[in-house]
Amino acid sequence: MNYSYVIAIPLIPLALFLLLGLFSKKIPPSISGWIGSLGLGTSFALSLYTAYHYYIEAKVNGIYQTFVYKQTWLAFSDKLHIDMGVLIDPISVMMLIVVTTISFMVHLYSRGYMKGDDGYTRFFAYLALFSFSMLGLVLATNLFQIYIFWELVGASSFLLIGYYYTKPSAVAAAKKAFIVTRFADLGFLIGILVVSYYSGTFDFSELNNPEGFMISNWASTSFMGLSVFTWGLLLIFMGGAGKSAMLPFHIWLPDAMEGPTPVSALIHAATMVVAGVYLVARLFPAFYFVEDGFALTIVAYVGAISSLFAAIIALTQNDIKRVLAFSTMSQIGYMMLALGVSKYDGHEGLGFMASMFHLFTHAMFKALLFLAAGSVIHAIHSNYLKDMGGLRKYMPVTHITFLIAALSISGVPGFAGFFSKDEILAAAYEHDMLIYISSVAVAGLTALYMFRLYFGIFWGKDTQYEHIPHESPWSMTLPMLFLAVMSVVGGYIHFSEFVSADHIPFEAHLNYSLAAIASGVGILGIIIAYILYKKETNLPDKISNTFGVTYKWAYHKFYFDEIYLFVTKRIIFGLVAAPMAWFDKYVVDATMVSIGNMTVSFSNKIKGLQSGKFQDYAMAFISGGVILAIVIFYLWL
Amino acid sequence: MDILTLFVVVPILTVLVLVFAKGLKQVRIISLVGMLVQLGMAINLIFAYLKERAINKDIMVFTQDYTWYESFNIHYAIGVDAISGVLIALTAIVVVAGIFISWKIDDLPKEFFITLIILSAGVFGFFISLDLFTLFVFYEIAVIPMYLLIGIWGSGPKEFSAMKLTLMLMAASALLSVGIFGIYFNSNADGGALTFNILEIAQVNIPVAAQNLFFPFVFIGFAVIGALFPFHTWSPSGHASAPTAVSMLHAGVLMKLGGYGVFRIAMYLLPQGAINWTDFFLVLTTIGVIYGALAAVMQKDLKYINAYASVSHLSLVLFALLMLNKTAWTGAIIQSLSHGLLTALFFALIGMVYGRTHTRDIAKLGGIMKILPFIGSVYVITGLAYLGLPGFSGFVAEMNIFVGAFEHTDTFRRILTIIVVSSIVVTAVYILRMVGKIMMGPLVNEEHAELPKATWYEKVGLVLLMIPVVFIGMMPFGLSEMIKESVTPFLERLI
Repeated sequence: MNYSYVIAIPLIPLALFLLLGLFSKKIPPSISGWIGSLGLGTSFALSLYTAYHYYIEAKVNGIYQTFVYKQTWLAFSDKLHIDMGVLIDPISVMMLIVVTTISFMVHLYSRGYMKGDDGYTRFFAYLALFSFSMLGLVLATNLFQIYIFWELVGASSFLLIGYYYTKPSAVAAAKKAFIVTRFADLGFLIGILVVSYYSGTFDFSELNNPEGFMISNWASTSFMGLSVFTWGLLLIFMGGAGKSAMLPFHIWLPDAMEGPTPVSALIHAATMVVAGVYLVARLFPAFYFVEDGFALTIVAYVGAISSLFAAIIALTQNDIKRVLAFSTMSQIGYMMLALGVSKYDGHEGLGFMASMFHLFTHAMFKALLFLAAGSVIHAIHSNYLKDMGGLRKYMPVTHITFLIAALSISGVPGFAGFFSKDEILAAAYEHDMLIYISSVAVAGLTALYMFRLYFGIFWGKDTQYEHIPHESPWSMTLPMLFLAVMSVVGGYIHFSEFVSADHIPFEAHLNYSLAAIASGVGILGIIIAYILYKKETNLPDKISNTFGVTYKWAYHKFYFDEIYLFVTKRIIFGLVAAPMAWFDKYVVDATMVSIGNMTVSFSNKIKGLQSGKFQDYAMAFISGGVILAIVIFYLWL
Repeated sequence: MDILTLFVVVPILTVLVLVFAKGLKQVRIISLVGMLVQLGMAINLIFAYLKERAINKDIMVFTQDYTWYESFNIHYAIGVDAISGVLIALTAIVVVAGIFISWKIDDLPKEFFITLIILSAGVFGFFISLDLFTLFVFYEIAVIPMYLLIGIWGSGPKEFSAMKLTLMLMAASALLSVGIFGIYFNSNADGGALTFNILEIAQVNIPVAAQNLFFPFVFIGFAVIGALFPFHTWSPSGHASAPTAVSMLHAGVLMKLGGYGVFRIAMYLLPQGAINWTDFFLVLTTIGVIYGALAAVMQKDLKYINAYASVSHLSLVLFALLMLNKTAWTGAIIQSLSHGLLTALFFALIGMVYGRTHTRDIAKLGGIMKILPFIGSVYVITGLAYLGLPGFSGFVAEMNIFVGAFEHTDTFRRILTIIVVSSIVVTAVYILRMVGKIMMGPLVNEEHAELPKATWYEKVGLVLLMIPVVFIGMMPFGLSEMIKESVTPFLERLI
């Protein structure tokens, strides 16, 4: 089958962006939301169509085939050229589904959420731009194409976080997100330069080819004890860690919650932040084979540490969107560690499949959590837990959908998160005990902070509201209900039939003993949350007091922001840039000016010679003549 | 008359007609018509070039040669390749945009436009010249009107800035003339006659000692106008004092003469000198890239930010040229184009903001986007393009440069390359700091709430500059292939 029509899936949002962006003043809000939703709906339908055909028809001898359609976009040299095109393989098709589903739902939801906002049409234009960039990223055929769209999603994220651009905190958050990820992208870019220079290609099919130059010759060049390709891959992973908010580049994600909530659901929960996971998965054979998976081990540990770190912080935050942001970081850590512990073929590649599976289910339930949180924020105009409580009475749909998502992320049996998380834990268990134990702890913490949130919002104290909160309109609750269904049934998809590292389907079974441990820990977390937060008590305060310093550190996110601030403000600006500007003004420029002044003062000194007196000139003329005569006289004689 | 000489003749005719014009309306219409003709010719030139290139494999096409001054063998020799072709197009676009931006200039409009167009004639002449002497004459024609334009129509300490700029560029010209005469007097090294013709000199094997001696003269002579560290300080104060259209033309086009001269003359005619001196100048340009960017972070005046940003971006051009390979050179030329357009956009936008608010101090500006949505949006887009976002011209240029620079495996160039690549982060910092402060955020000054919206001529000027930025960014293939082909014969001299 010819899949070249897939190019239309990203191009539809691009057309929408141009239409809504150029005519944002002319198109009334009443239609722009519909135009956006309709366009994304079309992309969504096309993605489903593609997935249906691909997963059914694209197997030859039991192996999923890869289809590439591309054209040269810019040529650097004979070997190196950037192509633009689409790559169809199991993970890109899976990502198409994720991105278009969430984007479509968020478009529908935003029609209600953003109603009455000044920049309504502009908002939909940005959403379309983001969808285009993200779909381009997913379909990229080579490293440079993915980098190009990588930067574009970064820019659309900048525009969307800074959507409320008159708010200083939103502007600061947008800048921070862009600059921190750009710093990580610097690593990505250098990584691309390294890998492409030594392997002579940007192309994924070449790089991932087990017989290709990179995988078969990784040992031929080395730098400081490691293969240059390992360095290249680690640098590329740096870019991935930046986008996916892994340690130590995570600091932008919590601040990014300044953006409108639908944006947080789309970009900062379900799609863009998993780009790093997707990048590693995209280059998985290269990561796995080069230097016997050294880089992959780093990926695993970065993922595991980030996941634990974020879960601890999530326990202490009071802004519900920030709790969800740290939760996202923690869950992405899960996906990373699953990739990191994975092997390549057959059942050994369980981690790879688990990571993609969790990416899929997480997109559904995390987007739902954000949309539900948005519904709450929409109703009571606050992000803070202290302003909430007892909302179950006022917002039944939001309450139920939030509960489903929370159960799903906590890994309660029967919900989607249970299945994908179990696969991750099984993969970790087979590979690395330390990572396994930390992941189980994260499972417990996840349930705990998630139900702290749930009880805090919907139960807890009976807050008196100035305006009685309403359930959100249908335009908002319908997408939530859809995602709630997905947060349950998503888990029953036999993912290993579709997605695997070597493109060969395999059988993955639930490991009942591991599943029992994980869900047991999760349920324990829920019970603790029930005791602590179901009714308002002073128990939580007591506990946080006993933890004292640890609590304070976690509450302040382990002071990462302060460290970054110190390094940039004090060291880079204070000790490098400011002295440089001073040097420029008072040394370089002053030297140039003083050369000029010296010329002036020198001519001031000699200008007396031009006295204007005839006698002086006559005197000079005569003495000059005499000297000349003497010189000539001596030279000739 | 041949299609290249017209590029000098049309501005001169425009100036002659302008002399008889009365009132602002006539003046600007005449200027606009003249320069639109010029723009049309420039676009035509690109297509004519492509057609000619298909059948003519000479280094330069459309060549003409008239003896000008017999006794020193000075000729009016002209010709173009893709590189001069695209730079001519850039100049034409920036000049037309500059006229739109100066639509309402009230102070001596006739004299202003006359000087501006004479300056542009010098630039066009420079790009078509194949004779060193003629080229040098056109170069001076382009540089000297700057003194008048800043000194008369400028703002702030305009006399001082004009003087500083002119004197530093004149000092560079002095070095350059030493270099040019050095080349001239060695052009008979193989026994032929002395000549100023670039193509003829390129056939001569100038003694290596002479090359080593004269290369730095020519290089620095040109690179001063290309903002080489530490000779860049004329630029911030000069730009800060210059009127908008002059800043646009100066940063957008004139500063490109530096890189062009280095490429066309210093490296082509003195290849051995170039090879022997690259390490030294590579260090200077690397410093320039990072230093300019970091200095831009600390500036408070919008024009100073852009001036230091230009130092950074133009050092990147020189850096790429010194990398001496095809990919990097292609990047250098595209970067010249891209920076020319983007910096002209920035200066135009800064001029619009300044014209309305009467301040360029970023502390006194904020939240302009809400009041001036068109200018604000273009400002943000320009900023994103400036920091190398894919889809705009800057990305194409930078990636060519980085990939090209990475082709060198020696540690020295690797380290410099990585330093230079890391400037993309600093660029993001100063651009977003500026955009975030003045365009976004709350309105700082209540008096700014009633600023007049962008007028049609301002919009036309901005859109005119934005079109090629997006075009190059979206479809770079044709342009880069065309430049790559023209770069090749020059590179062969160095291998």
